[in-house]
Amino acid sequence: MFYASLRPLDHLFRSPYQFFSDDLSFWAYREMWNTVPMLPRYIFNSFFLASVTSLITLLFVIPAAYSYARFNFPFKNSSLYILLAINMFSGAVLLIPLYKVLRTFGLLNTYQAMIVPGVAFLIPTAIWLLKSYFEKIPVDLEEAAFVDGASRVQILRHIIAPLSTPGLVVVGIYAFIGAYAQQFLFAITFNQKKEYMPIPSGLYEFIGYTTVKWNEMMAASLVGIAPVLIVFLFLQKYIVEGLTSGAVKN
Amino acid sequence: MNKKLRSFNSPTFLAYALIAPAAIYILLIVAWPVLETIRLSFTNSSLAGEDYVGFENYEKMLSSKKFNKIVTRTFVWMFFSVSLKLIIGLIGAILLNANLRGRSMFRVLIMPPWVVPIAIGMLGWLWLYNGYFGIIAGVGMHTGILDGPFGFLAYKQSAFISTIVADVWVGTPMVTVFFLAAMQGVPKDLYEAAYCDGASRWDRFFKITLPQITPVIITMSILSAIWTFNSFEIIWILTEGGPRGATTTLIIDTYKQALGNYKFGRGAARAVVVMILLTLFAGFYLALLARINKKISHG
Repeated sequence: MFYASLRPLDHLFRSPYQFFSDDLSFWAYREMWNTVPMLPRYIFNSFFLASVTSLITLLFVIPAAYSYARFNFPFKNSSLYILLAINMFSGAVLLIPLYKVLRTFGLLNTYQAMIVPGVAFLIPTAIWLLKSYFEKIPVDLEEAAFVDGASRVQILRHIIAPLSTPGLVVVGIYAFIGAYAQQFLFAITFNQKKEYMPIPSGLYEFIGYTTVKWNEMMAASLVGIAPVLIVFLFLQKYIVEGLTSGAVKN
Repeated sequence: MNKKLRSFNSPTFLAYALIAPAAIYILLIVAWPVLETIRLSFTNSSLAGEDYVGFENYEKMLSSKKFNKIVTRTFVWMFFSVSLKLIIGLIGAILLNANLRGRSMFRVLIMPPWVVPIAIGMLGWLWLYNGYFGIIAGVGMHTGILDGPFGFLAYKQSAFISTIVADVWVGTPMVTVFFLAAMQGVPKDLYEAAYCDGASRWDRFFKITLPQITPVIITMSILSAIWTFNSFEIIWILTEGGPRGATTTLIIDTYKQALGNYKFGRGAARAVVVMILLTLFAGFYLALLARINKKISHG
């Protein structure tokens, strides 16, 4: 992809395919902003949607995950398994009623149309992941503080919050990557307004009526995936660990 | 344990209160739509309105030859995609688990297909498959396998295979990582003992590694069957289910009926079939997981 983005368009359009071009350049990276003038907006939208979606997910998930990690209550295990099962229903199956609901509330073609369903499909895995992080915090610490007369809020602020920060970051990033990836489905179904389009659907504007500007499209794709790739490279170890421990073992 | 501590550990009410927001959210956005889909499947709902039609949608759907073909196609597609993912994933995990130089770098390098949003990755594949300018056709023409431009997504069979290949590309990293994690969890002393007894590399793999990671292999087969079954974006972007329906799976058909033609009722009937199948898969998976966990906790 990167290679293609550096080549002039007419080289890409030579048939049969030529493997080497003599005049590689970053021309496509400049030109793409002209071909699709809304590109900066799409990139912003993608970022905005993914950030808001993952923040809202965290808000819902933190208390729930804490509760699962610390308390024993009826239906605890069965509800955890139900969460796993929900994970398997992809958004694509539920699009029909979601479409109708969003239409009734006048939310079609808004940012909310892409955020609201997105959060729902991230919650289950995020709860499982964060639960395992909370479980690693020794319960003795909390009990000691409790016996010393600390309130639950104080415990949360002074013990849980600092100790769980790494876990929160990983789950937040998992949610961000997930939200970034989900955007396409919700965007093509619930949104037709250009100004709210995220980059995955925006990229299709490089496919013109007569030609496809492949080099610019590849350039723009790389710009579009750069943020997730960078984030992932820094945290890949934790993410892989978290995912595998959450899904295979209890 | 003193009284105060007991009250700290079992306040059921607080536990529920903390879960409530997430639970209500999921009920509204997932559970309610499931029920609504079931209701809609008994109506002729469209943008114009809806009337109760009983089992008409189901009768029409099940009696149509096209639908039966789609179901068969879905399972064939799934079978090839899942088996390839498992085989490549297993080989990949073995290689990554071996003591090779630079393996930590390779572990990072295998992940991009999974991290890159599918919709963007598929643009790359669209280009690879392009008959005139794509790399694959290019290689074919250079080596003389192809005697002219060949659009991989333009013909029924090649489109079917091409979508499988792309799906395998997306799904394999996840499988590999899970297999790798399982292999690293195998106790080292088992290998040492086998080594002392003079077991060959081959023996060690088939008599120790494979049996030890079998639970994970089974779980991953089901999980990846579910993910593959749900795969929508890959096919939609590459072919939209074409050419002439050659890559239309159940999910694609559901989407087309419901949101391409706005025939919500007919789409919902298909969605219900999808949900029943998914519930079967999920039930199977959960039962298995419960059994494996039991085994682990019993030692």
